[in-house]
Amino acid sequence: MSNLLTYIIFLPLVGGILIFFYNREKIRAIKVFGIAISVLTFILSLFLYFGFDAANPGIQFQHKVLWISGLNISYNVGVDGLSLLLVMLTTFLTPIALLSSWKSIEKRVKEYTIMMLFLEVGMLGVFSSLDMFLFYIFWEAMLIPMYFIIGIWGGGNRIYAAIKFFIYTMFGSLLMLIAIIWLGYYASTQPNGQFTTDLLQLYSIGPTIPLAIQSWMFLAFTLSFAIKVPLFPFHTWLPDAHVEAPTAGSVILAGVLLKMGTYGLLRFSIPLFPQATLEFMPYIAGLAVIGIIYGALVSMVQTDIKKLVAYSSVSHLGFVVLGIFALTEEGIQGAIIQMVNHGLSTGALFLIVGMIYERRHTREISEFGGLAKVMPIFSTIFMIVSLSSIGLPGLNGFIGEFLILLGAFRSPYMSQWFTIFAATGVIFAAVYLLWVYQRVIFGNITNPLNQNLLDLSKREIAVLVPVLVFIVWIGIYPNTFLKQSASTTKQIVTIATQKPLPRLVTTEQSVKPENTQGK
Amino acid sequence: MTPELLVKLSLLVLFLPLFSFIVLVFFGKRLSRQGDWFGTSILFITLAFSSIILYSKLTSFPEPINFNFLWVDFGNVPLLGTLKITLGLVLDNLSAIMLVVVGIVSALVHLFSIGYMHGDVRYSRYFAYLGVFTFSMFMIVLTNNFFTMYVGWELVGLSSYLLIGHWYEKKSASNAAMKAFIVNRVGDIGMFAGILILFYTFKTFGFNEIFSAIGSGKIPMESEGWLTASGILIFCGAIGKSAQFPLHVWLPDAMEGPTPVSALIHAATMVAAGVYLVARTYPIMTADTLMVIAYIGAITAFISATIAIAQNDIKKVLAYSTISQLGYMVMGLGVGAYTAGFFHLTTHAMFKAGLFLGSGSVIHAMHNALHHQKDHHTDPQDIRNMGGLGKKMKITFITFLIYTLAISGVPFTSGFLSKDEILAGTLAYGGLTGHYLIPIVGFFVAGLTAFYMFRLVILTFLGAPVDSQRLEHVHESPKTMTIPLIIFAVFSFFIFFSFNPFGASSGWFFHAIERPEAVVPIAVQAANNVTFEEALHHSHTPAMILSLIVAGIGILLAYATYKWKKINADAVAEKLNPLYKFLLNKWYFDELYDKMVIGATLSFTKILRWFDNNIIDGIVNGSAGWTKAIVFGYTDHRKNTRYSSLIFILFGTLLSILVAFFTGQWFWVQGAIGTAIIMALLSGALSFFFFWSGAGGFDKHVVDGLVNGIAYVSGFFGLIFRKFQTGRVQTYIVFVLFGVMVLFYIFR
Repeated sequence: MSNLLTYIIFLPLVGGILIFFYNREKIRAIKVFGIAISVLTFILSLFLYFGFDAANPGIQFQHKVLWISGLNISYNVGVDGLSLLLVMLTTFLTPIALLSSWKSIEKRVKEYTIMMLFLEVGMLGVFSSLDMFLFYIFWEAMLIPMYFIIGIWGGGNRIYAAIKFFIYTMFGSLLMLIAIIWLGYYASTQPNGQFTTDLLQLYSIGPTIPLAIQSWMFLAFTLSFAIKVPLFPFHTWLPDAHVEAPTAGSVILAGVLLKMGTYGLLRFSIPLFPQATLEFMPYIAGLAVIGIIYGALVSMVQTDIKKLVAYSSVSHLGFVVLGIFALTEEGIQGAIIQMVNHGLSTGALFLIVGMIYERRHTREISEFGGLAKVMPIFSTIFMIVSLSSIGLPGLNGFIGEFLILLGAFRSPYMSQWFTIFAATGVIFAAVYLLWVYQRVIFGNITNPLNQNLLDLSKREIAVLVPVLVFIVWIGIYPNTFLKQSASTTKQIVTIATQKPLPRLVTTEQSVKPENTQGK
Repeated sequence: MTPELLVKLSLLVLFLPLFSFIVLVFFGKRLSRQGDWFGTSILFITLAFSSIILYSKLTSFPEPINFNFLWVDFGNVPLLGTLKITLGLVLDNLSAIMLVVVGIVSALVHLFSIGYMHGDVRYSRYFAYLGVFTFSMFMIVLTNNFFTMYVGWELVGLSSYLLIGHWYEKKSASNAAMKAFIVNRVGDIGMFAGILILFYTFKTFGFNEIFSAIGSGKIPMESEGWLTASGILIFCGAIGKSAQFPLHVWLPDAMEGPTPVSALIHAATMVAAGVYLVARTYPIMTADTLMVIAYIGAITAFISATIAIAQNDIKKVLAYSTISQLGYMVMGLGVGAYTAGFFHLTTHAMFKAGLFLGSGSVIHAMHNALHHQKDHHTDPQDIRNMGGLGKKMKITFITFLIYTLAISGVPFTSGFLSKDEILAGTLAYGGLTGHYLIPIVGFFVAGLTAFYMFRLVILTFLGAPVDSQRLEHVHESPKTMTIPLIIFAVFSFFIFFSFNPFGASSGWFFHAIERPEAVVPIAVQAANNVTFEEALHHSHTPAMILSLIVAGIGILLAYATYKWKKINADAVAEKLNPLYKFLLNKWYFDELYDKMVIGATLSFTKILRWFDNNIIDGIVNGSAGWTKAIVFGYTDHRKNTRYSSLIFILFGTLLSILVAFFTGQWFWVQGAIGTAIIMALLSGALSFFFFWSGAGGFDKHVVDGLVNGIAYVSGFFGLIFRKFQTGRVQTYIVFVLFGVMVLFYIFR
């Protein structure tokens, strides 16, 4: 099982290729096969999860094969505490997304299933690549299936949304490509150095780059990731893409794709360019805080539920970025768990929106009202998921937000006001979600079209229940998951805070007396 | 009885209601009678356990019992040392008494609800929510740290939200639920910030750890101002939950919930959680913090008492009276009358729960009578539609009267004892600090309370019935409803708290609950216990006499106005019309917040939406437009252009491959850059040529090349695939293999 990770990454690819041989008329068989492959991938990834040594901060399950010898590029994959949870999230959400589209996707089922599986390959590759060239390939390759998923199976304005999504992301990643090439070139100019894109080697080289150049590198990487996150003000592709994408596309988009941005920040921007990180940290954290409040306020006045949820992602991801750039353990741990949380909660919200869309073919809030009467199970699940997104203690969202705010408040690098402003986002989250819940679920049924809506089917419940299990689990005992990323987080914090800044020094001094007292 | 056993018992007390919730939510409808007996009996078991805990705590274990377990372990954190979040509970007299208070009220409300909620659409759901509420309330009571305090804080908020919105078909109910949740969240954010400051400074959430750290001289940011600030921020949580000015607006609306819920959550327990929070964190409160607390309490007590006078809805009167009494408790804690404040919480929980249940009994009877009359327009909660109910509902009337005597502070009631202690405390505070406004407000509000409560009793139960035919159909409520009323009435007498009807200080309660010593630096401490006791000693007798006088005046005025009709209430209202309107409309707080907060936020968000759609998105779309315009001119001919752009892409790719071959592997990088430059030059030259030569126009051939380039890539693939659409998968595979081979050859 030494190559377990490789099997996991490419199993969906094999599955996708096998679907090519299916007769396109056999829709049911294709769907079942697609789900089976994704479930199998998930099961395989469980071996990864349980075989993972949480105490080891380094890379595990590494699989490295030299690929392009002249350029020192290799196929190099592995997971550490940072990527493990995201790999799990990906393998967990893909079968759910596939199952959720059982009825909603009717045309070109064969291509659709293939695209979803290929998408999974791309995402898994992004989260486990340890070679920047490989990372870039997966990063770009993943765009293509998503582009087609939005462009072919999307809503009315899908072409615009798909192209916007593609070009916007592409624009960012081109800058990243230049930075990657430059990094490799820089490595070759070192004494005894040669061109390399091996991330682990670059980790030791990156921090030696002079600050002026490091800043450019940092910005190139970070802009690319910021677009993906999306960080305010680079977010406008997101509402369009979400609104036009089919439900499963939105689930994957919100659940996993956005995390690639925040993952990139943690994997590349911060450890490769620690000094530049400290330089730019206040600006990025500032944008994150603006995003938290801005996203929440804008989503408050949306009339389309899906757009509302899409803007709420801007707000939630703002929390994640704030936690990351707090550069404290609680902050980054919170950010990692919040990535998972957002994948679960917002993924579930998109599933829920999709379920009523399938019934009514509209997402206008004003079209609904009083659904509690006809769809009690749906209403209950919607309530739990909303509360999770609001950050109610006992459910997952709270853990992430709490740790992030804790970490940000304690961060020696940013003003405490950032945290205070960010915390107000928690109020707005309650406003927009409870308000939409009230308008959709509470009250009497005013629209006769809602009179005969069916409650959730067994399949739909099966789609949502696994998500709910983790929503509650993380909320009550997050340690199960937090401990997996603990040692890696510690390592990132140590790397990021290598070079002490003036403010850091004073904190150290103030802590010292306490330590001596303890002894 | 050992401490371990007590801890186990209290864990049982904590989790039994949660168990009830889980059972009722999942299986409630399948149980007989929808499981009401299940939830209720669980609560009575909990009550029994908490009574055992209180008894053994008071008799055998004077020291607080702590119990901790590790929840999240961050290990060794740079700059910080080991960082862990431990959760746990504390059993001291404060929490033990509170356990019993919550237990009694919750158990009796469960019992009462069996009758009151009979036949409700979501009967089992209702009992399930009562269970989750009780669980979260116990969590607040038992916690020994800020973290679980906050968790319980939010969870009671949730249960409150769910129960206020129980009849969510009504727009007003769901609005009220949302209002309660959001207004509370505003306060919670303040509390959260306070917790952050404390955690940041002390690296722990534990009350004891924080207290002892402050005691040893470590304070936030090494500044006493920050200590005061964190105290006030923590108190913000109490402002929200205990409906203090300026966040009191949610509580009257919360009366949209079922009346037993109002008794349990919005009168006796949850709203008292704020008071409990202040009591719990008392040692960290500086003199300035306490002064703020005292004034907030006094302002709240005053505002809401004045509003209560002008209300006509029986539950609204009680709601404002609750706010006012909560203000009293907060004020009591603020002035330093710690024990008195908490004592008032306890006594108030009993008689206010009773008042609400009594009003529930009245509403129930009115509702049935109106239903019988087939009258669906008359408001069953409006006291102007009542009158003379006392004759028909003897038990309800007598118990209601006892509660009213208690809340008005008439001797031999529990309310007299606790209110008197608070008033004595305010007098002492006035004497010590010169803030005489607080005792003045305190006594004035005591008079107002007696007045509006007797107004309520007279209009509801005494006097001539408004509609004698309706009165015929009014009946006393069933036993499940009257028994709780009687029990609460019994607990409204002095004897349970002190054997001396004119002074509580010798009773068991004052022995059990002692004001904790402040741990804050001496310079910012409020008057210490000895000084305060001294001052209190002198103010006791004057306070008692004064409070008796004002209560007497209030009751007399109420009788004179509403019973003997010596004073014409309508004429007075007419004469003082602006004031009356002002009070009737609750000082226009809701209107103010509607305009200032909600209106402003909504218009701001609309501006933001415009900004997002037009500016931020505009820049993105605009840049696409500009790119097109610069490269191709504005003409947009979309047809017959795909091939020509494909030529460029193919050409460029070929070129880059050639360059890569000829320059060797290393120069692949330069090759790529070189290709890009060559392509750019080439297309630039071509566009120049076409544009100026006018030979058909460049835009006719290459449109959208840069911006929509990718569309052409896909189109290109489409074209290829169309050619090879033989329908045979094998063809595809051959091409894939071929492609891989080519790539492999290139990058070998």
